[in-house]
Amino acid sequence: MSDFLSESFFHNFNIQENIQEETGNLVSYIKGNVINPIFPDFPMELGTVLAMLVCAGIFVAVVPLLPLVLVLAERKVAARFQNRTGPMRVGPWGTLQTLADGIKLIFKEDFIPQQGDKLLFRLAPYIMFACSFAVFAAIPFGQNILVSDFNIGIFYIMAISSVIVMGVIMAGWSSNSKWSLLGSLRSAAQIVSYEIPLGLSILTVIMLVESLGMREIVENQSGGIFTWLIFRTPFTFIAFFVFFISAIAEVNRTPFDLPEAESEIVAGFHTEYSGMRFALFFIAEYANMFAVSAIGVTLFLGGYEGILPGYDFLGGLPGFVLKTLGLVFVMMWLRWTLPRLRVDQLMNLCWKYFIPISFFNILGTGIWGLIFKDDDVWSMGISCAIIYVCLIGVYAVAGRNLARRPEPQTSSA
Amino acid sequence: METTQQTESKMIELKPFTDEMVVNMGPQHPSTHGVLRLELRLDGEVVREAIPHIGYLHRCFEKHSENLSYPQIIPFTDRMDYVAAMNQNWGFCLAVEKLMAADEKKDFAVPERAEYLRVLICELNRIASHLLSFGTYGMDLGAFTPFLYAFRDRERLLLLFEKVCGARLTYNYIRIGGVSEIIPMEPGSIDEQDFLDEIEGFLDYFEPKIDEYNDLLTSNSIFSERTMGVAVMSAEMALSYGATGPNLRGSGVDWDLRRDEPYSIYDRFDYEVPVAKDIPELGAVVGDCWSRYKVRMDEMRQSVCIVRQILAEGLPDGPVMADMKAVRPPKGEIYFRSEAPRGELGFYIVSDGTPKPVRVKGRSPCFSALSALQELSRGLMVADIIAIIGSIDIVMGEVDR
Repeated sequence: MSDFLSESFFHNFNIQENIQEETGNLVSYIKGNVINPIFPDFPMELGTVLAMLVCAGIFVAVVPLLPLVLVLAERKVAARFQNRTGPMRVGPWGTLQTLADGIKLIFKEDFIPQQGDKLLFRLAPYIMFACSFAVFAAIPFGQNILVSDFNIGIFYIMAISSVIVMGVIMAGWSSNSKWSLLGSLRSAAQIVSYEIPLGLSILTVIMLVESLGMREIVENQSGGIFTWLIFRTPFTFIAFFVFFISAIAEVNRTPFDLPEAESEIVAGFHTEYSGMRFALFFIAEYANMFAVSAIGVTLFLGGYEGILPGYDFLGGLPGFVLKTLGLVFVMMWLRWTLPRLRVDQLMNLCWKYFIPISFFNILGTGIWGLIFKDDDVWSMGISCAIIYVCLIGVYAVAGRNLARRPEPQTSSA
Repeated sequence: METTQQTESKMIELKPFTDEMVVNMGPQHPSTHGVLRLELRLDGEVVREAIPHIGYLHRCFEKHSENLSYPQIIPFTDRMDYVAAMNQNWGFCLAVEKLMAADEKKDFAVPERAEYLRVLICELNRIASHLLSFGTYGMDLGAFTPFLYAFRDRERLLLLFEKVCGARLTYNYIRIGGVSEIIPMEPGSIDEQDFLDEIEGFLDYFEPKIDEYNDLLTSNSIFSERTMGVAVMSAEMALSYGATGPNLRGSGVDWDLRRDEPYSIYDRFDYEVPVAKDIPELGAVVGDCWSRYKVRMDEMRQSVCIVRQILAEGLPDGPVMADMKAVRPPKGEIYFRSEAPRGELGFYIVSDGTPKPVRVKGRSPCFSALSALQELSRGLMVADIIAIIGSIDIVMGEVDR
């Protein structure tokens, strides 16, 4: 443990060097092209700090727009699923509806329960909000569009997103409401449990790439669709699904939305929140949704790399956003289709299925790495063939079960 | 030093124990189907006891009835089970008609055309009621979309009812001695044919939709996980609590008043009564939430079957109202039960020969079913309570009256 915390450990990761020498990220770009020409007399360190502030400003300005778009998208998607039109009144096709809702929430009464823990009650939304924003710092949106290319990028993301549960627990506890407490306890159990399969499936990726840096992970997948980590080995293919389902559980969405299960525990941990504080939870939820999808794309679906090597089709920033929104859409699709699991079933799914599968994946990836020392055409071909055969096998077994329709129960009169 | 020792000994004395948490679920709660209040004694997520408290929607139906003439009571029955108001009207009218038929001096019979209209409308109303039950059950379990699918189709039924009697929810359509005819439909007229065609169009549209619901919710594996084997109500238990209708048939008891004690013209139709069976390959047990739910889904098919038979026969000619001057049943008392969508709806009426009843008592199927909740829910989880409430399909307006 002491070894872990010692300076030499960090030295191995070259954090110090990194901050000094890092190029090709958003901070250095802004510093080189904006700060330095305008303020040529600035000392170098101050320029870096200023560039970082500008960078943070851009993200704080842009990231809240994501929930704004995603909330509307969610409502429109839900409407399509349910034979409705969704919001249509505010702006053309209701495009300004979320804005109107946001303004409404700002003007609502800011209610704090009399018997609650007022400090924690105020603090909780900010913790959630801040953490869900901090994750965006390490996500590579494009070749040079990332705030900071940590060499421990994915580790940082895991750490930061774990803090979110603190906000949830604080909100539930400080509300001094039984429904909130139930919701936050559910959330604590759920997020802590699902962090394990999430981390383990990320580990399979790290084993193949041999790096924690987000950009390095992406650049490892630069050879077109078959070098994307999802297709690299059959085990990462499974790991992607474990990752994605665990990620849905992490961001508390149906079928894992127990912490805020409306029909059971009213609104869960944010039952007592109103106005802008509630809006912060809401924004954080959608920002999280985008963030985990973006992580999934980065780790498994090639990040900003395109389908064909050397071509920009489905690559770059637009490709990255498109792929991420694809995963977000799948999340919405699941939400508006599936019922909710029960607490014990949720835990069963995690501990009895996902965690053993994840360990199997790690073992398999290790063995795969031993057999195929380099990623060449052979290993990818074999991998894709195995995935293809397995998918057909799964379809043959499960497809029949999925199509099974219960017969009407009638007794002859 | 001393203080640390003291705290240490205190720490040892503290036993890890969990406290019971008492939570009020309702009366304002998204999924208690109205204003049911459940007093939950929770041990974490596990429910030690769920005590239902009712009466938040009590509107003194029975006392009101003592001061109203018989036809005036009918709108009050609308407000009992407002989801299946036609059937409530009918239940009350059947009781009064039976009481009036006891009067030997008057020759009193409900006209054939009215009987057909009653069965037609009430079976459609049963479909509407089960659709709402299906939709809200999905929503209780966290699936939002089935709710809107169900309401999309229920809307077409409500438009039909609106065409028949001008109201969408509280109809006051079935009257003592027949049915009301706000919009007169001459027998054999174009209006009537249009109306029947519209019903036929709905049935053609609706029957494949039942398969769609089954694909969407019934065969969904999460839904099955949540409902199969949960809160098993054995046949004995169902009988001892007086559970009726789909709840009783969901427990495997083959009992349907329409078939076993036929009233009105139900003996003329050919249909089957869905009764729950063990389905080992799926995991369903007789009497669990899924069986109760499934019986409702299958009953919709049977209602469609009955309505189709009426459409094939066509409505008979004749008046829709019995020829009578005033509703004045003879002295006496009557208890009559009919099969409403939620079970046996009974009315006990005491008459002293005046136009107003001395006493009216409603036997509510939901009330009996709700009383089983306490035993069903013991030892289950909070989420299961919601599943049970949805599966026994209560309407608080009828429980409280």
